Amino acid sequence: MNERLLPAVTFIALLLGWELLVRLAHIPHYTLPAPSLVLKTLVDNFGSFVPSWWFTVKITFLSLALACIGGVLIAALFALSRRLEIALFPLAVVLQVTPVVAIAPLILIYVQSTTAALLLCTWIVAFFPILANTLVGLRSADPHLRDLFRLYRATPLQRLKLLLVPSALPYFIAGLKIAGGLSLIAAVTAEMVAGAAGKETGLASRIFEASFRTDTPKMFAGLALLAATGVLIFWAFNALSRRLLGRWHASQRD
Amino acid sequence: MPAALVCLDRVDKSFNNGVTALQGVSLTLAAHEFITLLGPSGCGKSTVLRLVAGLDAPSAGRVESPAAGGAGAADTAYVFQEPTLMPWASLFDNVWLPLRLAGMSRRDAAEPVRAVLHTVGLSDFESAYPGELSGGMKMRASIARALVTRPRLLLMDEPFAALDEITRQKLNPDLLDWWRAQQLAALFVTHSVFEAVFLSQRVLVMGPRPGRIVAELAIDAPYPRSAEFRVSSAYAQACRALSLALESAQAGSDVASR
Repeated sequence: MNERLLPAVTFIALLLGWELLVRLAHIPHYTLPAPSLVLKTLVDNFGSFVPSWWFTVKITFLSLALACIGGVLIAALFALSRRLEIALFPLAVVLQVTPVVAIAPLILIYVQSTTAALLLCTWIVAFFPILANTLVGLRSADPHLRDLFRLYRATPLQRLKLLLVPSALPYFIAGLKIAGGLSLIAAVTAEMVAGAAGKETGLASRIFEASFRTDTPKMFAGLALLAATGVLIFWAFNALSRRLLGRWHASQRD
Repeated sequence: MPAALVCLDRVDKSFNNGVTALQGVSLTLAAHEFITLLGPSGCGKSTVLRLVAGLDAPSAGRVESPAAGGAGAADTAYVFQEPTLMPWASLFDNVWLPLRLAGMSRRDAAEPVRAVLHTVGLSDFESAYPGELSGGMKMRASIARALVTRPRLLLMDEPFAALDEITRQKLNPDLLDWWRAQQLAALFVTHSVFEAVFLSQRVLVMGPRPGRIVAELAIDAPYPRSAEFRVSSAYAQACRALSLALESAQAGSDVASR
């Protein structure tokens, strides 16, 4: 069978099995809704889901963008100064290893706006993989190419543009792929901790509400939307990686 | 004898870890001359090249060369053992690099880049990426990048050591052609006796720990040197003399290190 179709076939088979199980075993929908009911719930509640989905996506991508800027800038500073890295890298590790669920309540106290608090939580999770990978990437430039740039009297700007940025790019993209998935997780986690406060709320709040009312199909609908978003982010970054590294990097060769 | 292009006068080089890489190394390289440094690995051959290229400074002694003097980097080119191409750039862009760093636009560089790619036989591959080429082609591209600035001095650090014997036998006479056509001075590093004899006018034999020059041999055979030279008695004699010099250099250092 065509290998490209294999994941799709597996997925459809799983859904069909699930549908059949629910129907044949007469499982009540508040215990386990059939996929068809989840889809119907999703369509029926589209009006309330779309703004929530958009809010979550906004938090995810805004903080990811800020994480890219912050991660790359800090990595560049660390690459310039070994002492700065030695002084500050442990701090980045502390931020990274402390679970965001545990930090979120504190941040919610300090930061007035819920949206800003969510952004900050998500940023803390997303920036580390970008920082760590970009730093390794900036250091990974071929030492002989560095010699060559010295021999030909390259300016610092030329070295950055023609040597360091291209050398670091594959590493940055690897970090971006990890951070993309993580930032969605963090955006939802932080909102779960924050609770449904403020005017704008995301998918986490929809799932929470449904949970309070034991509206299981709606919980599944929210989850399905989240999963689909995660997969889309994964795909998008894989496509970006192929586009940027396609012809030259070993990771993209078959 | 034309004026010396490169001059090392009683040069020592020690590294921070206490290793003495070179001790009392003196050599001169005239314009248009082809000299080979021959020695076992770890005897400081590459260190000599790095000093001449101005990439390192000597601990003692004097180094005079176009690059070390700061007269202009374009006068000196360096070829490493690995092709050291930028994997993200096409061959054209790789060869363009030295001109680009000197501020030449892509359009202005097109003519010299294409000319040198033609010289090394890679005209059809200017838009290929390094990952798509064989080892020998990558090394040709690396030499093209070195030649594109029309340097006066070409430094080569075992450039053919990682290539198979057949590719190497093809590249050796090609290198001599390019050296003669561009009127370069070449300082070549190798651990192959045969390569040293085939290429050079003079061979300096280096011994290890600490790196120093222990013998010198002139190879008087005229250029162009063809495959016939490889089977001549002059070639065999030179190889024999160099092998002996190399052996005694190593034996001497083994005694010294005991």
